[in-house]
This record gives sequence, structure tokens and C-alpha cells, in this order.
Amino acid sequence: MTDPLLSMKNISKSFGGVPALVHASLEVYPAEVMALVGQNGAGKSTMIKILNGAYARDAGTITFGGVQWTAGSPQQAQRSGISTIFQEINLIGYRSVAENIFLGREPRRGFGLLDWKKMNAEASALLSRFDVRVDVREPLDNFSTAIQQMVAIARAVSFHAKLVIMDEPTSSLDEAEVTVLLRTILQLKADGVAVIFVSHKLDELFQVCDRVTVMRDGRTVTTSNITDMTKLQLVASMLGRDLAEVKKKGATAFKESTGRVGDELLSATNIAIGHRVRDASINIRRGEIVGLAGLLGSGRTETARAIFAADRKSKGNIRFNGSSGNFSSPIEAIAAGMGYCSEDRKAQGIVPGMSVAENLTLALMPSLTRSGMLDETKQRQVVERFIKDIGIKCSGPDQKIRELSGGNQQKVLLARWLCMNPKLLILDEPTRGIDVGAKAEIQSLIRKLANDGLGVLMISSELEEIVEGASRVFVLREGRTVAEFDHRDISESEVMHAMAQGAEADVGPKLGVETRG
Amino acid sequence: MVDRALFFQRFGVAIAAVLLILFNLAFTPNFATSQTLAVNLSQICTIVIVGVGMTLVIATGGIDLSVGSLMAIAGALSPMFFTGALFPLPSLSIGITIGIIIPVVVAGIFGLFNGWLITSFKIQPIIATLVLFIAGRGIAQVSTNGDLQVFKVPEFQAIAIGRVLGVPFQVWIMLAIVSISAFVLHRTVFGKQVLAVGGNEEAARLSGIPVRRIKLLVYMICGMCSGVAGLMVIAMNSAADANLIGLGMELDAIAAVVVGGTLLAGGRATIVGTLLGALVIQLVRYTLLANGVPDPAALVVKAGLIVLAVWLQRQEQT
Amino acid sequence: MISFRISPSMAVVVVLILLTFLGAWRYDGFLGAYNVQSVLRYNSMFALVSLGMCFVIMTGGIDLSVGAVAAFSSVVSAYLSPYGLLPGLVGGVCAGIFAGTINSLIITRLNIMPFIATLATMLAASGAALLLANNQSVSVSYDTDFTFLGQGDLLSFIRPEWVDDPNVGFFGRALGFFLSFPTPAWIAIIAYIAAAVIINHTAFGRSVLAIGGGLEASRLMGLSVDRTIFSVYVISGALAGLAGVILASQFGAGQPIEGIGWELFAIASVVVGGTLLTGGNGSIGGTLAGALLLGIIFTILNFENGMGWISLSAYWQSVVRGVFLFAVVVLQAKLSKGLRG
Repeated sequence: MTDPLLSMKNISKSFGGVPALVHASLEVYPAEVMALVGQNGAGKSTMIKILNGAYARDAGTITFGGVQWTAGSPQQAQRSGISTIFQEINLIGYRSVAENIFLGREPRRGFGLLDWKKMNAEASALLSRFDVRVDVREPLDNFSTAIQQMVAIARAVSFHAKLVIMDEPTSSLDEAEVTVLLRTILQLKADGVAVIFVSHKLDELFQVCDRVTVMRDGRTVTTSNITDMTKLQLVASMLGRDLAEVKKKGATAFKESTGRVGDELLSATNIAIGHRVRDASINIRRGEIVGLAGLLGSGRTETARAIFAADRKSKGNIRFNGSSGNFSSPIEAIAAGMGYCSEDRKAQGIVPGMSVAENLTLALMPSLTRSGMLDETKQRQVVERFIKDIGIKCSGPDQKIRELSGGNQQKVLLARWLCMNPKLLILDEPTRGIDVGAKAEIQSLIRKLANDGLGVLMISSELEEIVEGASRVFVLREGRTVAEFDHRDISESEVMHAMAQGAEADVGPKLGVETRG
Repeated sequence: MVDRALFFQRFGVAIAAVLLILFNLAFTPNFATSQTLAVNLSQICTIVIVGVGMTLVIATGGIDLSVGSLMAIAGALSPMFFTGALFPLPSLSIGITIGIIIPVVVAGIFGLFNGWLITSFKIQPIIATLVLFIAGRGIAQVSTNGDLQVFKVPEFQAIAIGRVLGVPFQVWIMLAIVSISAFVLHRTVFGKQVLAVGGNEEAARLSGIPVRRIKLLVYMICGMCSGVAGLMVIAMNSAADANLIGLGMELDAIAAVVVGGTLLAGGRATIVGTLLGALVIQLVRYTLLANGVPDPAALVVKAGLIVLAVWLQRQEQT
Repeated sequence: MISFRISPSMAVVVVLILLTFLGAWRYDGFLGAYNVQSVLRYNSMFALVSLGMCFVIMTGGIDLSVGAVAAFSSVVSAYLSPYGLLPGLVGGVCAGIFAGTINSLIITRLNIMPFIATLATMLAASGAALLLANNQSVSVSYDTDFTFLGQGDLLSFIRPEWVDDPNVGFFGRALGFFLSFPTPAWIAIIAYIAAAVIINHTAFGRSVLAIGGGLEASRLMGLSVDRTIFSVYVISGALAGLAGVILASQFGAGQPIEGIGWELFAIASVVVGGTLLTGGNGSIGGTLAGALLLGIIFTILNFENGMGWISLSAYWQSVVRGVFLFAVVVLQAKLSKGLRG
């Protein structure tokens, strides 16, 4: 029984008091491919960043190759034999392929001058091992993401990496390119290199990985041979659901719907945007909460942004409130009666230097004027009304919003749209990062709004929210609408099934690998 | 450490101004005279007027290097109108009116050009405004052939050096511009939207704020402020030299804005701060001069002040 | 979309050659020895400053202090000129290195953005120059051979008699021209060749470009980012210092108020020469072509005025330079959108 190559035991890490990893463990054997899965916030990226040398662990031990391991910088990690390939290509686009592979350790030929011939030759040789033949003198930017990823892998190999970590490597690749990448991973394995493969695309994991480690809430919850699990079991483990157990109702604060569902409010068909969303379609009626479910990377946020015209869609048609909903900017969408709460409060929601009042009325301001000036009395009235109605805990309308808790910030952002009397409210992860109490308040608020006739599109990674809050659910997987459930059929297992189900038929046979799961 | 830095960042300017005034009251002879006050205020008028425009631009997270050149354009253009050089004037007052309005409008249009480069091509503000920085003064020089335009039109000069209640008119104009813009920035929807764009441009866009329009407007306003400042300068000197008007003004304006407490990254701005910032820098210069330190030393001190102010800002952000 | 087979730098060289031919065809004496030498001699200072700026811009930064530093160094070297050529030269360059180091420290230690840091240094250097020179020009000593740096021709020592004979053939005239190449131009050429070798064939040079192409990525790939950034500002300061020495030596006096606008000329040369203002991609040769191009515009204007058909003042050069910069900047923006889009 060989010893593990990498052994991480009882790793803990907190950021500013908030725990990201709690006694997490991970073991990888030489020349094995280990899948690392988990939802957002599960702790995968923190584990990887520790192995990458970007973070230092607070507690726990790491041994690599039999010796104690620690790395204070990415450089050190690389030199010790652990290389990381990130989702965003962290290479220099303007520089040539060969340069990128050897940047920082270019071969020399006396007087400190670079040996270009040797560099180019070695780069070509490295890439051809993975069946990639390109002109290594051309700038990296000239090539597709798939090739760029190969270059990143070649760089890792040139460092004599014993362990290569791949963080979501296939998110920007098309099917043919994915095949090539998976073949490369098997090649690495054959060369004796261990791989940690982080991905949400379960089909791919089942194709090349030997074992799988599931993380949730900063802990390692499952480690097993991948052949011993089904996809459904995997998803269940990621989301923390015991299939055998029947979840009792009332896990969320979404009470029963008492409103009447009206006629069609929004219909989005065949939306395509960027490379994430290929063919998404959803529709929403007045007074109903429609849930949009899917794993991370399935294209939910992108679809929502396309509806709100925050990003320009490349294909598809939207009808809103009886007329065309193909808006060209959020200004038009807002004027027509939409509101949008983005999933990243900090980056896209709050204006940190401004007060609660200013943030709350940010969209309403143009209507709060009196002879050109901002009508501060009216503004104050609106703000105080919402502070009371929604229960925003703050010292007053003038408090700086960055001093509020996450939950209260979210309430302010909700109020930003509510004070505009919208017809449709798009909520992207409305209760993420919020304490239990505020979560419940927001959930009941959403229900009340729907009962009063507001149409709501709710994106949530928490299954219970989807199941209990929504009267209809659309499930997205890899950019496509794969299922629609009516409220009578919604159950957690059904939704998870749809999220997990893979299109095994296309990818498997090409690799000559048995499909599993 | 962060709290102390924050305190200094907010109130440092005012404290510095007070300290400087006290120091001078104690040690500099003839400081507490109305003449000294008038001299100091006059020096800062043009800087503050440009600084107001610059504050708005910086509030959106941008910057404008072309202000000096736009001053030159306005200053070079104006005398052509009220001296009757371009066409015969029906009356002097019409000439002066045109000579005030058109140069300011022209400067505003150049400002719009800056905004257009930045919003339509997504060019960094430093680079976009560099174009007019280089070409703008050339345009002014070309239209006057680099010649000095000397004039003797007391009615025009009054806009700068005429006295109302014993205080030069330019000071009144400066105070008016400061009050109006402070009001606009803090009390109108436009002002709030400017701050929102600088504070979190994506959040502003997603909230329906017309980001592009706001940016175009602030650069236009900055251009117009530069135009007004250019008029002040030629009125003060009763001469227009396209080679010299506004030379180095962009540095002075940025220094006043930064020292005054407006964040370079945008999102928080104070017009009054810019006024105080210009005052502090001027007082430093005056203090040094009055106490026998050669003028160039003030440049070194100004440089140090800028670095200190920006460094304090960074402390607050981390 | 313009294919990058024809790189922007090559385009500049083409325009430069075209303008040269235009000038030669249109004006008498444009390609004459006297004119060429004067142009080269005068523009070497700007070429040197542009070279330093190229390094800085390649890392994605900017150096606004180069003009003031050149002025400061011209004063320093003027003061040191009575002690000889070497003291004047070394003193001036060291003054530049000193200023560059201050820039580097403010940028890497205090974490202040290059625009503000170098703006401050520019003010301080101006002030220092004026203080040092007591608000006036500082005459250079003619007792030593300090002025040879700016006014001499490097190879004049080996100039044989027969070259100046009016009946000497083409080869003789070419040799004569070669031997009359002004010293400052030699200095600039050597600097450019060294820079080209450094950028294209040393690890340091590649890391300069890498950092401009991706600061965080470079850090993650293990490059010593801070050290490289520190170095480029020192290089820029040193070259500005060298330009200042040539300034003092060429015009016979250290001038504290000269240098205004040099940084703009440098930035424009670099950008026109095809280097991206955002950093990461560029060409040393392109910068040289850009500097020569902008310099030639001034000469062409002079000649055109001399012809008498039009009377365009020298002021038009700012406008033309601005238009060039505008065109290049917009082109760069459109091209990069196209590439990354």
C-alpha cells in the first residue's frame, strides 16, 4: 500500500473570524486523479489557495512526498512540485507560447542572454507530448482558451510538477476541447503526475477521476472511489441532503402562497449569452415566485442579467408585460418595471461610501426631485417607511451602508427596487451570506410581495428555498434549460436529479472510457 | 493607526489651514492685513475654479490633464471678440458678453471631446486628456500665432480685478462657483449620481444611472471651468499669452483636490475641501516666501503634501 | 481588422520613411548633411527620454518627472563641468538615478500610483533645479571638454583630411557624413541598441513586458515584480539624467526651466511608436521611430515656412503631435477591443 503523495490533515483557516475551512482533510496518491467537488463557499478554493502558496493555513498539517510541506508564495509552491492551473488563464497573453512556459526560468546562453532557440524547441517538444502542435513563437492571445490551458499545463510539467491542481479547467471549452483536455489528464496520470480536478461538470469527473472528495461548509464530508457513488449521491452529498430522509416542510420561512397567480409577465426564449448560456428559456407569471436552479456555472446569473439587459444577449427573444422585452440597457428594463438584485452585494450592489438612504433611493432618485433639487424630505419619508416596513436595522438613514450587516445591506438593496413599484423582481441569491434571522425575514418578505402581485425570479443555490418558495422551477444545466417543474411536482430529489443528470452518451465513447455512474 | 489616518484625511486640511494662519499671525509681519488677504485669495482663485471642475471629474474616478490647455484656448480666444479684432462690435458690452460666453462654450465643447474619448473608446482618462494637453495649447498658440494680445478694456478686466465691497470680483466669482457646485454635488440628483458612478460604477449602472451621460457632463463642466479660469487670468494680466496661460495648472488643480480630501479613486468628493486645499498650498508658499525661503522650495513642499495626502487616502482604503 | 502581421511599429517606420522622402523631394537641403546632423543632435535628448519612458510604459506605468529631472540634471552637470567631462557626465546621470530611485521608492514602498508619484517628483525636481541654480541658467565651463558631449562629433578625431575635399566621390561623402555623426546621436544609438538587447534577449527585459501584460499573473508565475518596477523607474531617471547632461553640454548652460513638456513628447513617441500605453507590448525600435517622427514634424514645419507658400508657425507642431497621439490612441483602443472581443 503506497503512501499518499499529498496528505492534508485537519486544516483550518478563517478570514476575519469567519471560518472557511474547519478540520478539512485531503489525501492524494501518486498518479491518481482526485475529484474535488462542492458548492460555492464549501472551501475548495481555500484549500487550493493554500496548496498554491497564496494563503497560509491557520492549523493542521500538510505533508508532500513524505516531508512536511509549506509554501509562502506561489513561486515556492511551484518549485516544490505543486502547480495550479486556474480557471482564468493566469498567463501573459501578449507574450509568446514558449515564453509563457518558461517565464522566470528562461534558458540562457552566456552573458545573461536568452537562448530563444532552445526555449522554442523545448516548448514545442513539451506541447507535442500532449498532441498540441502550434507555433510557439506566436503570442498566447492568438490561441483559443483550450490551447492556452494546454500551455499552462505544459508550464506545470516543465516545473517537474508531481501534483497538478486544475480549477474548473473546462468551463470555457467546447465539447471537442474538453475531450482533448481529459485525454491530457490521463496522459499526465500515465506520466506519474497526480491531478486534483475541481469541477461542477459531473460527467467529466466520472470519466477521468479515480476518487472523489466532497466538501461542504468548510469540511470534508465524503471521500470515496468514484465508482462507488452515483451522480445523484454526489449531488446530494454536495448539498447536504440525505436521500433517505424526507425533509419536513417549514425549513424555510416561505409560508404557503395565498396570492392569485395572474397572466404571463415575462417570457424569455432561447437565450444565449457569452459561452456560459447556450439555450435557456423561462417564463414567469404575475404573482408567482419562479425558481431558477442549477449547479454553479450553469448560467443562472448570466440568464438573469440578459433579461435585465445588464449584458447584451447574443440570441433569444424576451417579451415583458405584453410588449417587447428586448431592452438594450438596465435603464430601459427599469423603466418597464424590472428590478434586479445582483448576487455580489459588494461588487455590484452597494455604493460603499454612501448612506443607507442614498443607497436605498439610488434608482428612485430621478423621481424625488423638487425644482431640480433632490427632495430630501420625500427621500427621508420613503427611506424611513421602508426601514420600518422591512425592518432594516441601522442607526438611521444616514448611517454608512458598509457598517450594516450583510442581511441589512440586502434589505436596503431589496428596498431599492421595492420603492420603484416594479412588476418583476429578479433576485440572485437573495439570502446568501446572511444570518438566520434576517434570512427568514427576507424569505417572508418575498412571499408577501408575490402574494401582492409581484412576479419574482429567484435564483438560489439552497434547494430548500427553491422547493418551498417557488411555485414553478426551471433547472439550468450547462447553459440549457433542462427541466421545468410545477409546484405539485417540486421535490428536492427531483430538482437534484435534473441538476445532476448527465448527457453521458456524447462524451464517453470518444475517450474509450467506460462511463460510470 | 487607521482611525488616526481617517481623522487626518477628513479634517487634516482644515486643521492645516488653521495652523498656517495662526503661525503667520504670530510670526509673519503684516499678515493680518486686508492686502495680504487679497493677494492670497487672488492667487488661489483660478486654481479653485479649475479645481471645482477637476473635483467633479475625479469624483467619477477620472482625471483631466487638459485643463491648462483649455484655459489657454479660452484666454486666447476671448480678446478677439471684445477688442473687435474679429468683427466690428455694435457695442462694447456685446463684445464683452460674446467674449465671455463663446470661449467658455468652446472650452466646454473641448471638454465634451475628452468625455467622448473616454466613454466611446473606453480609453483611460489620463491618456484621453493627454491628447488635448498636447494639442490644446498648440491650438491656442496657432490661433494667436503665439503673439501676445495686450488690451486695455477696463470693463472686461473688471470681471477679475474690479472690486465689490473691497474684495476683487474674481473672489466673488470663485465663491459663487464653489457654492453652486457644492450645492449641486450634495443636494441634487445629478451630484449624487456623480458620486455613485465613482463609488461603484457597476452598481450605479445596474440602478439605472446614465453613467455615460454623467461622465460626458462632468468633463464638459470641467472644460467650462477651465474656460472661466482662462478668462480670469487674462483679465488679471490685461494680456493674453497663449504660451503661458494655465501652464502647470493641471498639477495645481489636482494637488488642491487631493490635499482637500477628495478621493482619487472617486466616490467621495468635497468642493469646499478643494478650496481649503488650494488655500493650504498657497499659505505654505506664502509662509515660506514671507520668511525668506526661495519660491522653488514651495514646489518641493507641494510635492510632499501631495504624496502625504494620497498616502493618507490609501491608508483609509485598506 | 488590421492584421498584426504589419505591426504598429513597422507602420511608424514606414510613415517616417515616407515623410523623409517627402521632405527630401520637397525641400532643398532636407537630406543635406547639415540638416540631418542638426536634427539628430537636437533630438537625441528627446530620444533618450523617450527610451526611459518606453521601459516605464511597458510595465504599465508612467513617468511624468522626466522633463524636470532632465532640467535638474542639466544644472548639476553644469556645475560639475569645470571639473571635466567625466564628472559632469557622471554627476548628471547620478542626479537622474537619484530622482528615479525616489520614484521607485514611492511607488513600490508607499504603494502610490505612478501617475501621482512621478507628478510629485516632477514638482520636487523642478523646485530643486531652480533652487540649485538660483533661478537662472548655469553656464557650462568651456575650459574642459564637457561641451564635446553635446556639441562634438564623436569620430572627429579620426577624420582624415581628404574627406573634406569637395571632389571626393560618393564613398568619401558617405564616410564624411558617418564621421560627422554627432556625439549625442551616438550616445542615443548606443543606448537604444543596448535597450533593444535587454528587452528582447534578457530575462529582465522579458519580465518588464510580462508585468505590463499581467501584474498579478506575473506575480503568480513567480516574477519579482517589485524589483523590476523599481528598476525601470531608476532606468528612466538615469536616461533623463543623461538627456540633461546633453542638454547642458549642447546649449552651454544648465537650464532649470527647460524640460517642460518633455514627458509629453516622450509619451507621445512611445505611443506613436506602437507601445501600448496600458503596457505589456511594445517596441524599442518603434519608440525611436516615433521620436524621430515627432521630431521631424518640427523640421518639416520649418522648411515649409521657409518655402514661403504658407506660414505655419512652429506652434502647429503641438497640434500635429496631438493629432498623431489621438489617432494612435483610438486605434489602439479599437484594436485591443477587436483582439479581446
